[in-house]
Amino acid sequence: MGIKDYCFKKSLWVFHFGGASCNNCDIEILDCLTPRYDIERFGMQLVGSIKHADVLLVSGSINRKCRERLLEVYHQAPKPIVVVAFGACGCSGGVFADGNTFNGPVDQIIPVDVYIPGCPPKPEAIIAGIAKVINKKAG
Amino acid sequence: MVNDLFYFLIFPGFLFAAAGGGILSWFDRKITARVQFRKGPPFLQPFYDIIKLLAKETLVPRNSAKIPFLYAPVFALAGATLAAVFILLPAFGITTGFRGDLIVIYYFLTIPSVSWIIGAMATGNPLAITGASREMKLILSYELAFLLILAAVIYKSGMTLNVADIIDYQKQNGPLAASLSGILLLIAFVFCIQAKLGMVPFDIAEAETEITAGMFIEYSGFTYAMVKLTRYILLLVLPSFLVILFLGGFRWNGIGILWSVLKILAVVLVLTLVRNTNPRLKLGQAMRFFFVGMNLLVIAAFVLSLYGL
Repeated sequence: MGIKDYCFKKSLWVFHFGGASCNNCDIEILDCLTPRYDIERFGMQLVGSIKHADVLLVSGSINRKCRERLLEVYHQAPKPIVVVAFGACGCSGGVFADGNTFNGPVDQIIPVDVYIPGCPPKPEAIIAGIAKVINKKAG
Repeated sequence: MVNDLFYFLIFPGFLFAAAGGGILSWFDRKITARVQFRKGPPFLQPFYDIIKLLAKETLVPRNSAKIPFLYAPVFALAGATLAAVFILLPAFGITTGFRGDLIVIYYFLTIPSVSWIIGAMATGNPLAITGASREMKLILSYELAFLLILAAVIYKSGMTLNVADIIDYQKQNGPLAASLSGILLLIAFVFCIQAKLGMVPFDIAEAETEITAGMFIEYSGFTYAMVKLTRYILLLVLPSFLVILFLGGFRWNGIGILWSVLKILAVVLVLTLVRNTNPRLKLGQAMRFFFVGMNLLVIAAFVLSLYGL
């Protein structure tokens, strides 16, 4: 593993794309930044612009309007980028999978590297998913 | 010539200032984490960030003016590095500078903000342009106070425009902050530094939660790494400037080394604590704060120093 990969996995900046989310996943993501879990220990930050991001975190079910936005955001991201499908809706569509406006799941629109299931995933599950991201880059 | 290049690129210039500023930025993030009862990032985090950004793809927006967009961070970095050279050379006592280098430093410290404004205006992104116009108004509000503080410092240290002479004056007569007017000037200078660094009460130009990253929204990869490096350098340079002007400069022998490092860390600690205990001001509030509050404070300090207080 070269120095480039080492630094990449030591400093993952996360951009959060909220689809038609019920807001529960968003709260759990913010939970990771609190003193109890503190993912800044691993050098992670939430960033406001996709141009600064290394991880694209997609939560919420993807409907017809979100699809174009998600594609646009993915194309604007500087490569290499890790895409994480977050929560039951991001992974499979969850309870919205049979819905009229549902147009996902995420992995049929853009290539997904890591899935973090749960409704919403616990912060422990998020950290386990982060470990997967790091190991995936290393391997 | 070789000496000048060495000064610019390695010792007080680019490499040294970037490394020192990186460590200070880690210190800033660590203190922030401790204030919030978190653990905080590892020591080498700023360097990981920079190397990662250098290795990433650099994107140029289709509607941008490409040359100003790509060159603005380079000019900002060059300006900050030159300011570092002119401030840190007298601080280390290597050369004594020249007559009037204080004014040159003042101009170099403005270059990063101005180039960022040009770069943000060139992106064609509405949020970046909002950020740039906010930064412009912020510059207009704090620069007058900054200039008045420098004028007061020049007056107090016996009408000299030379940084090395200001340091010598303080070595003979005690630090400038050891008087009533000095303390008032110091307080105003801390707030000006806060605004120059874009730290929280004055981070209006890149308000993370409001206009996402403001001026820097379109920068990615290499260009964003240069923006980050410029901010690291400014984080070392501006507190050193404060120490030189008010706290008696540095001493690089024996126990003096420890004192010098502690002085810098103390200034950064104050900046970080201000940043962690205050919410972001609105643009109008920030302008009123500088135009009315800080300018009056500095003028009062100036008048006090005319009476020798």
